[in-house]
Amino acid sequence: MSEFLRAYLTVAVFAGAAGLLVALMLGAGWLIRPSRPTAQKSIAYESGVDPVGPGFGQSQVRYYIFALLFVLFDVEAVFIFPWALRLESYGLFGLVEMGIFIVILALGLVYAWRKGVLRWV
Amino acid sequence: MLSAVWLIPALPLAGFLILLAAGRKLGEPAAGWLATAMVTGSFVAGLVTFAGLLGEDEHHRQFVFTVFEWLPSGSFSVDVGFLVDPLSMAMVLFVTGVGALIHLYSIGYMHGDPRFHTFFLYLNLFAFSMLMLVLGDNLLITFLGWEGVGACSYLLVSFWFERNSAAVAGKKAFVTNRVGDWGFMVAIFLTFASLGTLTYAGEEGFLENAGALPEATALGIALLLFVGAAGKSAQLPLYVWLPDAMEGPTPVSALIHAATMVTAGVYLMARVNPLLDAAPAALTVISVMGAATALFAATCAVAQRDIKKVLAYSTVSQLGYMFLAIGVGAYVAAIFHMITHAFFKALLFLGAGSVIHGLHDEQDMRRMGGLRKLMPITAGTFIVGWLAIAGIPPFSGFWSKDEILAAAWDSNRLLWLVGVITALLTAYYMSRQVFLVFFGPPRWQEAHAGATSEEALAEPEHEPAAAQAAPATPHESPPTMTVPLVVLAVLAAGGGLLNLPGVLTLEHFLEPVFEDRLHELDIPAGILLSLAAVTGVGVVIGILAARAIYLRSTQPADRFEPELLRRAWGFDQALAGFFGGPGRAFANFTSRVLDGRGIDGAVNGIATLVRGGGSRLRLTQTGYVRNYALFMGGGAVLLLAFFLLRTGVA
Amino acid sequence: MTPAVIAQIEPIATPEIEWFAVSPLLVLVGGALVLLTAAALARSRPPRGFYALFTVVTAALAVACSALLWQRVTDPGRGPFTAIGGAITIDGFSVFFAVTITAAIALGALLADDYLRREGLDGPELYVLMLLSGTGGVVMAMANDLIVVFLGLETLSIALYVMAGLHLRRLESQESAIKYFVLGSFSSAFLLYGIALVYGATGSTNFGAIAGFLSGNVLASNGLLLAGFALLLVGLGFKVAAVPFHVWTPDVYQGAPTPVTAFMASASKAAGFAALLRVFVSTFDVYRLDWRPLMWGLAVLSLLVGSFLAVVQSDVKRMLAYSSISHAGFILVGAEAASDRGIAGALFYLLAYTFMVVGSFGVATLVGGRGDADHGLSAYRGLSRRRPLLALAFTVLLLAQAGVPLTSGFLAKFYVIGAAVEADSYALALIAMLSAVVAAFVYLRITVAMYMGDETEGAEAVTRPAVRVPPGAALALGVAVAFTIVVGILPSPVVDFARDAVPVLLSAP
Repeated sequence: MSEFLRAYLTVAVFAGAAGLLVALMLGAGWLIRPSRPTAQKSIAYESGVDPVGPGFGQSQVRYYIFALLFVLFDVEAVFIFPWALRLESYGLFGLVEMGIFIVILALGLVYAWRKGVLRWV
Repeated sequence: MLSAVWLIPALPLAGFLILLAAGRKLGEPAAGWLATAMVTGSFVAGLVTFAGLLGEDEHHRQFVFTVFEWLPSGSFSVDVGFLVDPLSMAMVLFVTGVGALIHLYSIGYMHGDPRFHTFFLYLNLFAFSMLMLVLGDNLLITFLGWEGVGACSYLLVSFWFERNSAAVAGKKAFVTNRVGDWGFMVAIFLTFASLGTLTYAGEEGFLENAGALPEATALGIALLLFVGAAGKSAQLPLYVWLPDAMEGPTPVSALIHAATMVTAGVYLMARVNPLLDAAPAALTVISVMGAATALFAATCAVAQRDIKKVLAYSTVSQLGYMFLAIGVGAYVAAIFHMITHAFFKALLFLGAGSVIHGLHDEQDMRRMGGLRKLMPITAGTFIVGWLAIAGIPPFSGFWSKDEILAAAWDSNRLLWLVGVITALLTAYYMSRQVFLVFFGPPRWQEAHAGATSEEALAEPEHEPAAAQAAPATPHESPPTMTVPLVVLAVLAAGGGLLNLPGVLTLEHFLEPVFEDRLHELDIPAGILLSLAAVTGVGVVIGILAARAIYLRSTQPADRFEPELLRRAWGFDQALAGFFGGPGRAFANFTSRVLDGRGIDGAVNGIATLVRGGGSRLRLTQTGYVRNYALFMGGGAVLLLAFFLLRTGVA
Repeated sequence: MTPAVIAQIEPIATPEIEWFAVSPLLVLVGGALVLLTAAALARSRPPRGFYALFTVVTAALAVACSALLWQRVTDPGRGPFTAIGGAITIDGFSVFFAVTITAAIALGALLADDYLRREGLDGPELYVLMLLSGTGGVVMAMANDLIVVFLGLETLSIALYVMAGLHLRRLESQESAIKYFVLGSFSSAFLLYGIALVYGATGSTNFGAIAGFLSGNVLASNGLLLAGFALLLVGLGFKVAAVPFHVWTPDVYQGAPTPVTAFMASASKAAGFAALLRVFVSTFDVYRLDWRPLMWGLAVLSLLVGSFLAVVQSDVKRMLAYSSISHAGFILVGAEAASDRGIAGALFYLLAYTFMVVGSFGVATLVGGRGDADHGLSAYRGLSRRRPLLALAFTVLLLAQAGVPLTSGFLAKFYVIGAAVEADSYALALIAMLSAVVAAFVYLRITVAMYMGDETEGAEAVTRPAVRVPPGAALALGVAVAFTIVVGILPSPVVDFARDAVPVLLSAP
């Protein structure tokens, strides 16, 4: 095994440890907890809202657009945080690049806005 | 000036494209004039290029103009390029010159034809193909031109395809030419296999290196090329299509089947002369076949009744002379005869066309006679052509034929003798034709009176003409037809000047192409003169015999026209019989058994296999994404497994 | 790469950006953004055909930039170069694909113009997505780094997923979008995994560095690297629709709006092959003995499955989809040769194929009629009487796909098979030729339907709405047919173009 591959051994060890940890915790919980199921307790947990009807129920389509926009801009934020932390070391180049990035994102927002997506209909 | 060469084929091509797009709109006569102008322009471009060539150093007159690289593929590449050298320029000038005159003539001849513009469309396409053939700088381009002229010939022979005989003749010409093309194609493959190139000129070229080929290879290629040439130039045994090709309009016969296309074989032989030099046996074959064809066709011409068939057999015979010249190494004489022949044979054909036109599509010479007075220009020019082909000095035919015969004498006395006999026969049958058509009593009126009795003798294709109502008096043709006749008559009379002994212009011009491969005559002047005298006597005998039989004699001339000769020694029938009998049986066999069971069976089997396989395979296409993902995953596993097995990890 | 590096604080080296090098990309992206913003902000609808015109102009500008780049890379004094810190290579290869993909964009936009109005979908979205997707394709071709390949691939694909589902009222369109999306993500995962493994084995994702490492070191155990090859091949094989990663193709091609299919079949396949050729033939050249058998297998499977399955289809779009799989097989034949001649053959094939396939799907766009549903073979019956020119154009394109001489398709097949023979892959060359024969049946079947549809169809033809040929589509078809014929007769400029476009390996500066 090469030196290089040996470095990956750490990954394998971590993976093993992670699996072990999960098994340990779930196993401990299973061992310790009392099990007294009632009808109420067996209901699937859905953010505190009572699940009504079959699993494939319809939901309000308006949420969908917002969820989508949220995911979109939220994911882009992932790029912005590390950049913000290291702003100084990137220098002017980084600033311009991020400016372009944000402008393009903003264009997307403008498009969405003009399409009437932001209005609650 | 040399760079004007691309214009030479480009103009007829442009003419073809314009006519293709707007021919119908142009109509008559604009379409004809356009086509004529294009070929004339091509002639002018040829003159310019020719002048440029003359300005170059005598021994380096070989230039290649690559238009574009066509079909590049690894080491093999074919360029579309033009080779400008004395040989190709000589060909270009007479092809475009004679071509332009015939185009002009056609405007008058095709007057009133419902497909007037189509005719000129084909003619321009033909001119383009012929020029590509002549100018091409490699065998493949020459071959493309070769096929192009063949296709045009087919289209033009069967131009009046409503007539069954025309359609059949077109097919016959096409099929016979395929035999020759087969030879040409195999020769191309062999050349490429042995030399690795198809280009003529240059250090690496075909012409430089042909001499270095092993003799057997050179002989193979040369003979295969000769098969091609024999097909295109109507030599024994592939000549059969040419007499039938007379079904086409007369300008076509003049242009394609007398002046230009049929000489392509001679050109090809002259072009590959270093190859022939490397295979002396091929030269012998060519000379013998040429002489045999010359004599054979001359005997057939003696008994023909159709004015154009006489000329057709005469063309075959004269082409035989050219091959004879090639075979004895007299390349310049061959080209010289090709040019003079183009002049006088085009003249004769156009004259015949004028007669046919004047007599309202009458082609049987027995229903002509005495036309001298009614069609003075046609008669006068035709007589010039007659004197030229018969070989009467100082008309052009004398000089070129004499040169061939002298070269033949120097090579083999028997070949010479055959040549002289052919010359005698030529004089005889041409005199017969002139006497029957232009002299003697007019028979074009009585022919109709006695139509019923003549019917038995009349050849079937002339039935429509015979059945026509009493014709008007024959009349002279319009100027568009007579002007080319006069020009060609001048050329036919004075064409000998091109290569007059002592001046030797053409020989001097063409010499660099053939170099030392050219046969040097080694005959004292005295013998040369006596040879000419012997030929002359033969010619005079021929003319006198014809005069005795057709002008002086009161007896019917039928016994001098044996049925056997009229049917070309039964050669055609024998061929037809063979292909109709055993040939057909063989074809049926291949069609039913080999093709039906073997090939069709295989094809159908594969089709069934494909369908079956396809229907089974399509079951994998379920439409479910999960199955697709599984399929792809399976593929990924296979790829991985392949590599893991390969590395031996697993 | 030890974790300690992360902790140190040092200025991060920012790459020099050579704007000229990325000018085709900038033009395409800029065009897309301008179009999107302008269309969103405009108060009134633009004149008919404005979007398509804008897209075509943008594409033309990108081609002009590519031409300038071409001048620079073929200039012996300057030659190919890398840009943006070695992330992309500008060589003949990238320029070739920039031109090919941009041509696909322009033709696709021309086809889409009337289609969108016909289907009541008019808007800038398709054009914007097409430009962005094309940008991704060009990035893939320019990439000099596995990560950049992936970046380009995702840009290309995500736009395509949306485009496939653009026909909102057609269920098949939605279905195809979802299928394409799910399977595309699936294959992207393979690709990414392959990149990771190759990085693991060689220590770099840069092509120049990888090739340098592979030729400079002998790996004691190459299992990791070869597994990486396999996974990369899965990911890229999906993009080029090579069997067995082709399963999505017929459904997606059939369901997607037809102009989108045209774009997908041309640009997306071209980009996939750009990456495939650069990664395998150029970068992994040292390991050719290992990957050539796999390429061989993919080529044979694609050729056979593509042509066999095309025979049993009754829907013309599906037939064309399968035929595009068999075309992928042919291009793989060129790739399998693993030689410059093979690459040049594959490039020639791709360019010729781009025009053929856009033209073919263009005809399907028109014949499909309102609703984009009429793609059965029966819709083509008697087309020669209803629309003789359209039938003639389709015939030319089909014959070219069948590989009939005097068309670009013949030469394309000729060059790849020639390269295979030169590389001693005789069996592959033979299979390719045989499958061409089988595939010819498909094309002839459509042609026969167009010309031989019997007269009893007359009654049906009356009820069938007339096929309209709008000017934009007519232009696109004219260009496609003209290219097919002209290149079939005068191939040498394109052959020279392809020959000079063989990829160059450059490591990061």
